[in-house]
Amino acid sequence: MSSTPPSLFDRLIRLPPFLWLAAFFLLPFAIVLKISLSEPATAIPPYLPVLDWRGGLDGWSSFLEALNLDNYATLYADPFYRDAALGSLGYAALASLILVAVGTPLAYALARARSRWQPMLVALVVVPFWTSFLIRVYAWIAILKPEGLLNLVLMHLGLTAKPLHLLNTDAAVMIGLVYAYLPFMVLPLYAVMNRLDPTLRDAAADLGASPTRVFWSVTLPLSLPGIVAGATLCFIPMVGEFIIPDLLGSSETLMLGRVLWSEFFSNRDWPLASAVAVLILAIVIVPVVLFRDSLQAGEGR
Amino acid sequence: MTWVTRGAMVAGLAFLYAPILVLIGYSFNASPLVTVWGGFSTQWYGALLADAPLLASAWVSLKVAILTSLIATVLGTLAALVLERQRRFRGRALFTGLVLGPMVMPEVMIGLSLLLMFIGIGLDRSLLTIVIAHATFCTGFVAVVVAARLRGLDRSLEEAAADLGAPPMRVLTTITLPLLAPAIVAGALLAFTLSLDDLVIASFVSGPGSTTLPMRLYSRVRLGVNPEINAASTLLVGLVSLAVLGATWLTGRRHEA
Repeated sequence: MSSTPPSLFDRLIRLPPFLWLAAFFLLPFAIVLKISLSEPATAIPPYLPVLDWRGGLDGWSSFLEALNLDNYATLYADPFYRDAALGSLGYAALASLILVAVGTPLAYALARARSRWQPMLVALVVVPFWTSFLIRVYAWIAILKPEGLLNLVLMHLGLTAKPLHLLNTDAAVMIGLVYAYLPFMVLPLYAVMNRLDPTLRDAAADLGASPTRVFWSVTLPLSLPGIVAGATLCFIPMVGEFIIPDLLGSSETLMLGRVLWSEFFSNRDWPLASAVAVLILAIVIVPVVLFRDSLQAGEGR
Repeated sequence: MTWVTRGAMVAGLAFLYAPILVLIGYSFNASPLVTVWGGFSTQWYGALLADAPLLASAWVSLKVAILTSLIATVLGTLAALVLERQRRFRGRALFTGLVLGPMVMPEVMIGLSLLLMFIGIGLDRSLLTIVIAHATFCTGFVAVVVAARLRGLDRSLEEAAADLGAPPMRVLTTITLPLLAPAIVAGALLAFTLSLDDLVIASFVSGPGSTTLPMRLYSRVRLGVNPEINAASTLLVGLVSLAVLGATWLTGRRHEA
């Protein structure tokens, strides 16, 4: 009998977040999924079929019959969408690799810094992470544009005679992705590296391994969960990224987030936009399931 | 190896901060051209004060961020209590997924799905719909911050209170929540900054008259670099940095306790 009151209390605590998220996260998903199986129509709302509750069982069955996979067939058959999907995957995958290369030394330096300095150094990495994403991407426009700071410096140094075309290129998108997501890479990696047992490094050093060797054969392999966690945490939002390709890319920079945006806002094709959303979700779910254990390791305690 | 790690640190931080510092520098440039340094000036900050649409959207953003952080803090704290203290119940996996899912979900997905639902249930787009959307994706962040502190909490105080006959609600309000206070405030601040920063989700779910500051900035940024935007960005960066440093300080205090 004595265990009944706490369990009722436990249930009451569960209720508000569960109801809120079920209503505003789970249910919207179901709706997107349903609309992705519908057809666009010049109506309000601009898709068919719309479920008519008054139709009873007949209404349901005709509703279900009208649902189809046409939008997904379009995504698959139309090279535009296929390129956008492959483009998203390509940008996100390459940027993740670069992030591993750039983020690992920084995370390692953080983990090896004097413990007195560590909270402040970590805060220094965190501040840009919380600083407006839009502003950080915008800052690169002033640097990369033809009359921007980088071209000024390059021309001043005599490295180039006339301004280089840097903005609105694939390279600019890549710089933007790496820059914007670097804290996502560094923080989980630092969390793992910081927890490594220092006696392992000492033992390797005592046995005659050079600092470089210790890093490559002890620290790095043990940090692998952090690397995987960081790369996954960057990869997932990058697949659906909109701001960076839109502001730094060219009109030919095809990424799914941008395609979804224009299908919805410009073409008003809600069913197709929904199908793109489901496609993005299908792509990002793969690494989440694959690397679940590493993601928990990178969460940090 | 120390000079290598030190070099990595300096290079990494320089990469992270250089663009922001360039932006701040240009915001004080008297010349409207990026190419020319026309001397130090605060004229663009003055221009901001006269920019009614920008100020109006800043006010919208502020209201949204405050309401969001209130809702997300309550929901996130409850979710953290569930995730940390209720190890076994039916639907725990679903619950965990619901709390943490919105954190990694691409923003376009959250924005689109909520908008379609709002339209589906006939809820007009307004400030309220932005708050609902923001609270949904901020709850997970608050939950993670609060759960981290909950994990390090000494349970003996709560057990002592329970042994002395305090009902669970009493234990929560007089023991657990006060001990969690720094993390709860930190979580609230993070929810506030996340809401203040969001462009993509707000673009989907906002209605006429509820244009947020990032939406206003974005529409101007699309037209190119603009010194007034540099000034607005500098103020925003300053505000967010203060919030983050405050949050860091609050969560860091646990080491002293």
